Amino acid sequence: MRAIADPGAFLTYSWLIAFLPAMSAVLTLFIGKRTPGKGSVYGIAAVGASLVLSLGVLWSFVEGERGFYEASLSWFQIGQLHMEVGVYVDGLTAIMVVVVTAISLCVHVYSLGYMKGDVRFTWFYVVLSLFTSAMLVVVLSNNLFQLLVGWEVMGVCSYLLIGHWWEDHVNSSSAIKAFITTRVGDVPFMFGIFILIFITGFTTSNIPEIGEIVSGGGASVGLVSAAALLLFGGTIGKSAQFPLHVWLPDAMAGPTPVSALIHAATMVAAGVYLVGRLFFVFTDADPIVLQIVGIVGGITMLGAALMAFVQDDIKRVLAYSTISQLAYMVAGMSMGPAGRTGGLFHLFTHAFFKALLFLGSGAVIHAVHTNNMSEMGGLRKKMPITFWTFLIGSLALAGVPPLAGFWSKDELLVVADHGGHQVLFVVLLLTALLTAFYMTRAVLMTFFGEFRGHGEPHEAPRTMTGVLVALATATVFVGLLGSPQLGAVFGQWVFFEELEEALFVPWIAVASTLAALLGIAAGYGLYNSYRERDPLRSLGAAYTLVSNKYYLDDIYWKGIVRPVRDDLSAGVYWFNQRILDGIVNGTATLTKTLANGVSWFDQTVIDGAVNGLANIAGFTGGLLRYIQSGNVQRYAVFLFTGVVVLAIIFTRI
Amino acid sequence: MTGAEIAFVIVGIAAVVGAFRVVTARNVVRAALYLVVTLSAVAGVYLLLAAEFVAWVQILIYVGAIVILFLFGLMLTKAPIGREALDNQRRGVAFLVALAILAGLVYLIQGAFDWDAPRIDPLEGSVASVGTSLFSRFVLPFEVISLLLLAALIGAIVLSRKEDRP
Amino acid sequence: MIRLPLVLFLSAALFSTGVYGVLARRNAVLVLMSIELMLNAVNINLVAFGQALHDITGQVFALFVITVAAAEVGIGLAIVILIYRNRETINVDEVNLLKW
Repeated sequence: MRAIADPGAFLTYSWLIAFLPAMSAVLTLFIGKRTPGKGSVYGIAAVGASLVLSLGVLWSFVEGERGFYEASLSWFQIGQLHMEVGVYVDGLTAIMVVVVTAISLCVHVYSLGYMKGDVRFTWFYVVLSLFTSAMLVVVLSNNLFQLLVGWEVMGVCSYLLIGHWWEDHVNSSSAIKAFITTRVGDVPFMFGIFILIFITGFTTSNIPEIGEIVSGGGASVGLVSAAALLLFGGTIGKSAQFPLHVWLPDAMAGPTPVSALIHAATMVAAGVYLVGRLFFVFTDADPIVLQIVGIVGGITMLGAALMAFVQDDIKRVLAYSTISQLAYMVAGMSMGPAGRTGGLFHLFTHAFFKALLFLGSGAVIHAVHTNNMSEMGGLRKKMPITFWTFLIGSLALAGVPPLAGFWSKDELLVVADHGGHQVLFVVLLLTALLTAFYMTRAVLMTFFGEFRGHGEPHEAPRTMTGVLVALATATVFVGLLGSPQLGAVFGQWVFFEELEEALFVPWIAVASTLAALLGIAAGYGLYNSYRERDPLRSLGAAYTLVSNKYYLDDIYWKGIVRPVRDDLSAGVYWFNQRILDGIVNGTATLTKTLANGVSWFDQTVIDGAVNGLANIAGFTGGLLRYIQSGNVQRYAVFLFTGVVVLAIIFTRI
Repeated sequence: MTGAEIAFVIVGIAAVVGAFRVVTARNVVRAALYLVVTLSAVAGVYLLLAAEFVAWVQILIYVGAIVILFLFGLMLTKAPIGREALDNQRRGVAFLVALAILAGLVYLIQGAFDWDAPRIDPLEGSVASVGTSLFSRFVLPFEVISLLLLAALIGAIVLSRKEDRP
Repeated sequence: MIRLPLVLFLSAALFSTGVYGVLARRNAVLVLMSIELMLNAVNINLVAFGQALHDITGQVFALFVITVAAAEVGIGLAIVILIYRNRETINVDEVNLLKW
């Protein structure tokens, strides 16, 4: 790709897209509480402005520019390593910023109604804006360090938001689980970054430059493969793929707008975006890397879809669905450049309908005050707007044409078939069927039948339903951006090195539609007469296995958490107390003993010597004093004797 | 051996014997009396040496005054009369020391002087010359001696008077 | 006419006898007497040498010595009497307050 020759205003000011929400976060933090509306207005205004800017940026690409815009400020230099702050805008960036700002705006507005009266309303908006800003930083970043900064800030904000109602211990535990699990993925991610920087000879972390070096063959295949795998570790963590998917269902403990924004549309998508942005690392690596990526995607896809069946909590259904759909994207990535485009397109469409579904479920939860579908039912009549929008979202997720999901899934199937990935093709198709199945189940249990709960459910307030309608509209039309019939515009924005040909293969389209309809039919058949007992329970052992999440959480808990927390910590503590402290204390004791020894030496030997001298003097004096007899005559004797002696001496000498 | 020498030897022996008895007499009064003998003998020696003024002064003062003083002292201090040991423990050492001194002196004398050469040959009487010398060349020591005697006099009186202040 | 060494021998004998007396006698007065003996020995020396050298200084000095001896005996006896008053004894061995 070439640099854009004449960037317009939107591109030049593209950095504002990430900057404005950050400013609003700061502003809300300091004066939010005093502003009417408790500070929500800053976030909405900022994100709204960012959305406008993002659309403008996208427009620049619509006009046919096929290049990229990069601008950066040099920050500082450590030795050879050059640190910068900058933006890199190409078609992918444009798509991502639109998605992020649009969903974020929806969530900001929706939260006006959903979080009304919450005790930490202002703080919620602060972190929400901060999170949006962080995600935008990740997307707009032109160098890996900056990306890492945004990545980590997102992790922290996710933690803060999941644990928003931290008075309940469950929520704070979920927040910690989310944070730590994604952290586990972040460690290989960072090592991957280091390898990439190492490839540049420790001079820069700039993405285009690294791309040039890697593509130009400046690094060995082994090194690049290692980097690719390690980077994928970050994706596994952040995008909740097997085996680090365990945090996402528990993260549903946070407020629903949070789930919509973070765990449907944006943060979890960051992992996929990462692969997309650094795709050159994956293509230049050993092919086995991409195969691994595909395997991980495939396993996650099916496993999560199965688990979505056995959930009673409506948000958990959506959570597992998200994991499954993310696996779709990851699997798409594993199929090469065409699959990259398809996966990213699915990311694009999925953001809209998943956010729609989450926000819809939020409206339902807000009305019936419970998450459990077994206590819902018959809400179709009581909450019509919610029902219709939710239905549209479900159909889109199931992949029913001409809604958004159909186009993206179809594209992935085409790529799979054309690329010769037969296994993935089957898995994708199967998962599509399962997706339709469980979504039908969810819809039927929630909106149809008799109301099984307590109280009087009512429709959601205008702020919430308005957003739902907007998203539903988007869902209907946004898919068309990728449809081959209409020129596959999406593919012109997001491509890897060269444009892909958008194909429309009829039999695949038919196959995928059939799969979706089959799933819906199965769901309808089983759950239309849902009363109290979930029919799937009759599956017995299989049901138990899946509903216990394949015992994966238990394995993690017993195998990792408990040993580390209890045994390892105790062991380290023992080591510290006994050995380290022992060494320190031992040194102290040794010093004391030594001091005692020296003291003894000083007292006994040296003082003894000194005292001894004094004693000798005293002793001698004691002996000599007898000379003083007091008797003058004796003195006279000595005198005369002395005279005689002296006389003898002097006469001799 | 001239006549003077023979006389001298006799007087000398008397002096020595007297001295000996002074230091060995058990009776203190007898010691004092033997001192008289010695002092008189010494006066005789002076006469033989033709120093008559010194001889008579010796008699006057030594025998006439000092010995009397000694006797008074002995009386006032209730000198023990009788056979009582008047010598102390260190007789042996004292004897040795005295012997050593004697030996030394004798050795010195016989080493310094030839036996025959020096002879004392007095020419004339000495009183006039003593007087002359005393009041001309030694007048200052003479005056000082008077002061000394005065001091001794006063001192002796002060020392020995009884304390009659209560 | 008299050989000088002879006189000197006499003087030496008297002197050493006096030394013995000073060192050996217990009674303070007897010690004083022994001192007189020594002084006399010195006097003999002085006179003898004076006459041998035909110098009158010898005799003059002898006179001085006698005078000083007299003063000394006076004071000495006064002291002895004082001691006797204080201690009831003039045994030299018993006047030993400076003993260790």
